[in-house]
Amino acid sequence: MMNMMKRLNWKIALAVIVILVLTFTLARFERGDEPVSADATSSIEIQSWTTENGARVVFVPAPELPMVDVRVVFDAGSARDGDLPGVARVTAGMLNEGAGEWGSDQLAERFDNIGANYGVSVKRDMAAFSLRSLTGEALLEQAVQTFATILAEPTFPHEAFNRVRRNTLVGLQNKKQSPGDLAEDLFYRHLFGQHPYATPVSGKEESIKAMELVDLKAFHQRYMVANNAVVAIVGQMERQQAEALAEQVTTKLKPGEPAPALPEVEPLNEANRVDHFHPSAQTHLLVGQPGMRRGDRDYFSLYVGNHILGGSGFGSRIMETIREERGLAYSSYSYFVPQQVNGAFVMGLQTSNDQAEEALSLLQEVLTRFVDKGPSAEELQHAKKNITGGFPLRIDSNKDIVQYIAMIEFYGLPHDYLDTFNDKVEAITAADIRDAFQRRIHPDKLLTVTVGNGNSSE
Amino acid sequence: MRRLLILLGLGLFCLPALGQVHEYNLDNGMKLLVREDHRAPVVVSQIWYKIGASYEHTGITGVSHVLEHMMFKGTEKHGPGEFSRIIAENGGRENAFTSKDFTAYFQQLEKSRLAISFELEADRMRNLTLPEEEFDKERQVVIEERKLRTEDNPRALTYEKFNAAAFMVSPYRNPTIGWMNDLKNLTVGDLQRWYHQWYAPNNATLVVVGDVEPDAVYRLARQHFGRLPQVEVPSIKPRVEPPQKGERRVVVQAPAELPYLMIGYHVPVLNTVEQEWEAYALEVMAGILSSGRSARLPSRLVRGQQIAAGADAGYDLYSRQANLFMFSGTPARGHDIAELEQALLDEIEVLKNEPVGEEELERIKAQVVAGDVYEKDSMFYQAMQMGILETVGLGWQTMEVYREKINAVTPQQIQQVAHKYLRKDNRSVTILEPLSLDGQQPAESPKATGH
Repeated sequence: MMNMMKRLNWKIALAVIVILVLTFTLARFERGDEPVSADATSSIEIQSWTTENGARVVFVPAPELPMVDVRVVFDAGSARDGDLPGVARVTAGMLNEGAGEWGSDQLAERFDNIGANYGVSVKRDMAAFSLRSLTGEALLEQAVQTFATILAEPTFPHEAFNRVRRNTLVGLQNKKQSPGDLAEDLFYRHLFGQHPYATPVSGKEESIKAMELVDLKAFHQRYMVANNAVVAIVGQMERQQAEALAEQVTTKLKPGEPAPALPEVEPLNEANRVDHFHPSAQTHLLVGQPGMRRGDRDYFSLYVGNHILGGSGFGSRIMETIREERGLAYSSYSYFVPQQVNGAFVMGLQTSNDQAEEALSLLQEVLTRFVDKGPSAEELQHAKKNITGGFPLRIDSNKDIVQYIAMIEFYGLPHDYLDTFNDKVEAITAADIRDAFQRRIHPDKLLTVTVGNGNSSE
Repeated sequence: MRRLLILLGLGLFCLPALGQVHEYNLDNGMKLLVREDHRAPVVVSQIWYKIGASYEHTGITGVSHVLEHMMFKGTEKHGPGEFSRIIAENGGRENAFTSKDFTAYFQQLEKSRLAISFELEADRMRNLTLPEEEFDKERQVVIEERKLRTEDNPRALTYEKFNAAAFMVSPYRNPTIGWMNDLKNLTVGDLQRWYHQWYAPNNATLVVVGDVEPDAVYRLARQHFGRLPQVEVPSIKPRVEPPQKGERRVVVQAPAELPYLMIGYHVPVLNTVEQEWEAYALEVMAGILSSGRSARLPSRLVRGQQIAAGADAGYDLYSRQANLFMFSGTPARGHDIAELEQALLDEIEVLKNEPVGEEELERIKAQVVAGDVYEKDSMFYQAMQMGILETVGLGWQTMEVYREKINAVTPQQIQQVAHKYLRKDNRSVTILEPLSLDGQQPAESPKATGH
């Protein structure tokens, strides 16, 4: 029912036809793809303003193709679920089930008839609605009118709600047959404890069953409001047209209030291990701690350091140790999820059940050594070359650019974030990385989650 | 699978005005396709080999994919892992993929660094060392990959059994990653033979899209690939699936929470079809059923009757050999596999008995028009389209007539292909029956999932 990122879309579980060899980190959680810096020639000039009712707008003209991408991001992710896990996602998914005078079928046809694409993605920090349309006048008018109506005037039909709820429960069942999904949910639950980040974005069986239409309507009224929204636009249009478009998209939204700040994430006080039995050939292993936030003072040290530790696939220490030297796993990685408050730091892999303990010890060793000693000069230089040299690739499509500028505005990062990224990466030293890791990552206080055929403490 | 196929299909084709394809042929038989895209100072380079799982025979299934892994394990000039290291140092991204019909390697780089990619690809096209100890480890990696993708994924497991039942003779019966038995018994000698037979300039297509000048790319390609010798590539015998002659039904029992249904009908593809319009009519039929939220399966089965939690149809217009027209789905709560199957069969009867509405057809065409533009936002996708079409033998020009061919499809033609191919005796059905996840005892009957 929703256009979820990557592998959570269970309906395409059969996508086995094409096998990627290398797979780095299955980009699972809400791992922000890292923009990488700008050299002088490829900077992106972000234009910004505020709509009449308070939505913040960012815009980059893209004159080459007769199309536009619009991305509306609300601070309405699952961190706002309260005591009803899943309500953010179900609400977002219900918006196109009925809006204005149109029913679900009509809304679908209004987009499909003109080849417009509508998508929804809900993460812990945000609910993002995207529209892609041709810029022909009549086409764009129909697309934007439909999009604006969905965002501001959803009707939440009862019958559709019952169906969406039933299918959401099927989606939850599907997660139970996936050791990777089970591991992720357990990891978040134990990492974040009482914090709103602890619950799954897709909710829990009890909360989905307990949800009522009034909960969805209240959630929409509170969070899907102009003062809680960022509108990002990239496409073939002038500033004036973009301003008109932003007004049209947001004009019917209530001004409302920004969402309050999220509580801080408590660090782990001690090591913890959770084993969950699953009848699978492999054990999925996740090891980590709370990590960092967007705009964190240690952001660049941790980002570049993680690139060397396990963030860059081949050549990173984890991949070399686990896969290249021993053939223990197909995919092995580490990453930070920078969020409004400290998101997860995760190391992960999957390996045959009888190798799980060996792989776990290796992960711990790699991390401990890295925190103790930091990267070598050669590793650091290599990482910098990779990150800065690859900058142009990060912003080579409208699709990439609209996501970056929405992210930058949503998290309140400076508008020259992309332009200064390379310089900030270049400025990092091996000592900075070691210092940041020593202060932030504690190998003696790791959370370890295993899902597979090992022991079961659950 | 299906979602991807629909996307590939409906999206295809590009407006000729924006970036023509430049075709070059090297003396050694290698083909080069270049398309300019000057929106960003980057380039994508892909090399496509005419080799994949559908070229393999029983006993060595998976060899193409394992070899693809080993292509990163060094040549005489560059040791194991060097390839990836050099690309990374240049800010590049790289990877590779294997399917039934092709194996492809790609790099994405800042535009001035294209020569680095050419130098490395030319080197590993003929000079791979295939060290035994690297092979032993990599085979283990692939076994782990198989466990991750297939063994521990009930739907993927079902799909594998489904193909093995639907195809008796066609090589599409084998999984791309290979059967576990074959992976365990694969030797480095198998890889050596495979590599020397198939990795040659005359069995490859190089595709470059980006901020480049076509003639300059051609000169660079000649410089790096031009010296490689032509090799006599084996001719493989056709393995044409005989007529099915009766429905096949297979049950897969595996630890799972949800039942799952797959139905496939043998159909021709563009490469094998006698009357070309049939393939395009099947493509449009897949779109009518499954492209977008307004298509029939989501609007009627998921929303209308609410029998399915999800339902899809799919068709691969561009596969090398005859393939299947696929249906799949998961029942909604309170419904079982039998009801879902009946609902899908009812939709098939509607396709046979009633012409598709004008509005539905127009909607598909509108999506194709929009797709033409949207795809230009991805250089990688454009290169992929050209690579697939060349590699399966259709030629990249096929994408330039896609829109026109889709526009020509009539409601009557869709009815005709539905009648001709969506027949019971031409059908294979596979059902996933969940076993309990904490025991292995049979779970509750699928009917009981509706509490």
